[in-house]
Amino acid sequence: MLNSFQEGVLIICCVNVIAVLGMSVLTGFTRLFSFGNAGFMSIGAYAAAIASVQFHLPFPLAVLLGAVAAGVIAYILGSLTIRLRGDYFLISCLGFGECVRVLFNYTRDLTGGANGYSGIPYRTTGIVALGCAIVAFVVAWNFIHSRYGQALSAIRENEVAAATNGINVVRYKKMSFVFSAVYAGWAGALYAHYLQFITPSLFNLGKSSELVITTVLGGLGSLTGSVMGTIIVQILPEIFRSMSEYRMLFYGIAVVLVILVRPNGLYGYREFSLKRCVRSIKNIGRTKRGKESES
Amino acid sequence: MKILIQQMITGISIGSVYALIASGYALVYSLLDFSNWAHGEVCMLGAYVCFMATTVGTLPYWLSCVIGIGGAALISLFNEKLAYRTIRNNGSPNMFLMIAAMGLSTTYQNLANVVWGSKFKQLPKIFAVGTININGVFIGTTDMVCLVVAAVMLVVLLLIINKTKFGLHVRAVACSGRTAGLLGIKIDRVIAAVFMLAGALAGLAGIMYGMKYNIYPTMGNVGIKAFIASVIGGLGSVPGAIAGAVLLGLIETVVSGYISSGLRDLISFSLLILILLIRPSGLFGVDVQEKA
Repeated sequence: MLNSFQEGVLIICCVNVIAVLGMSVLTGFTRLFSFGNAGFMSIGAYAAAIASVQFHLPFPLAVLLGAVAAGVIAYILGSLTIRLRGDYFLISCLGFGECVRVLFNYTRDLTGGANGYSGIPYRTTGIVALGCAIVAFVVAWNFIHSRYGQALSAIRENEVAAATNGINVVRYKKMSFVFSAVYAGWAGALYAHYLQFITPSLFNLGKSSELVITTVLGGLGSLTGSVMGTIIVQILPEIFRSMSEYRMLFYGIAVVLVILVRPNGLYGYREFSLKRCVRSIKNIGRTKRGKESES
Repeated sequence: MKILIQQMITGISIGSVYALIASGYALVYSLLDFSNWAHGEVCMLGAYVCFMATTVGTLPYWLSCVIGIGGAALISLFNEKLAYRTIRNNGSPNMFLMIAAMGLSTTYQNLANVVWGSKFKQLPKIFAVGTININGVFIGTTDMVCLVVAAVMLVVLLLIINKTKFGLHVRAVACSGRTAGLLGIKIDRVIAAVFMLAGALAGLAGIMYGMKYNIYPTMGNVGIKAFIASVIGGLGSVPGAIAGAVLLGLIETVVSGYISSGLRDLISFSLLILILLIRPSGLFGVDVQEKA
């Protein structure tokens, strides 16, 4: 059906969709910024890789282990740092992400250090990746539209007002943080079983900021926007292969322009809906007809 | 003992470079309450402008340093005029300033990559690279020059902020922008001037960093170190940023000298998280309410 190149693009896309969905819940719906999600991805990737290479665990169990490992670490880190505000929370996440990278570089016996960890079996096929991405989207969608998700949106809009309405701000923020880390770990575990070879530098600060950039481009507060943002960010450079050098340059410019011109991102607070699309198409016809009748 | 003294002088010297950048973070944070992520890239571009002036323009070294510093100041001003001011006038939340800064940072880093390539470049040396021997303690001349220049510039900066009329305006806007505006201070002009000042310091730091090591597109990441320094010292406080930077420089060199250079970053980032947890307002924090 797909050749191996197209399947590769599909897998990379799906893996990033999962990581960005986590980021979207954290950043778009709770307004917490994290530059450490690549750190959680790398924890998930290494945990899953070690589980399947050294302990010969089956693939689904290894992925689960990766996601859980990232979640547990996020819970511990979140318990410590979630009370910090704005820039302070962000810089603590950034510090954490870099710590993880340096630590994995240093522990040569366990992770292979800077030489990377190899020999991971190839298990993330296109079908698996696509299935995971769809499950991730459905779970995130239901989470956001549940009572918990509503509470997160309330915290985003006004923390004090949310607290006076009986929402335990710290608990919900921590929940959102752990959610995004589990997603990052999940994505990392899939990524490791696609590449078959991982190094700590795959999950550097650049990866973290790429996740944030994608979320901002897609729209802060829109899951479908995040998915579309990821697809655009991942597929455009594959189409314009010769321009790949300029990829991040364009994204940087795009972020600045989006923030200046359309601060809510491509989709803003709205989700993609088929009904609205149909209506807007109809409206185009109507305005045309309106003009014709005027003339 | 002598080795320890050598290490400490190297540490203070690299710390003084961090201090030049960190004071820029502190100045901007004190006025606008956001961390200017593009600041490290301003430092990188300053170094590249200086490099272009010496190699392509074949200008004398002192002149190209001045051009590098001026270029960095103009880039910083450009950021403020193009992005930050528009966002402030839109009345968007502070977080958008930070996202814009992040976008600018990515843009500049990759622009440098496209224009100059990712290869390391060397700034020409103005003075003989060597060591000074003081009673058996060897000190690199580059370290010494950086230390002295940075110290002089930081003292000048503190004098500007604490003694001049312009400094009074800056402190007034930092205290309360709206009140300062009512009292007839032109806020936008003060902010623009502060961005230029911060940019000039960052440009100087970039040139010094380039002299000590090399210049390359991702050298703006030194800005992260400087940001850590300004968090350690307390965001928004210039003396705190300087103290934090020197402390960070010392810790880094001592750790890489005595423990392991691989663990250097791990220890400085852990220290950052630890300080945030124990004393969220930093060593010289000015307002605790914002933070935790």
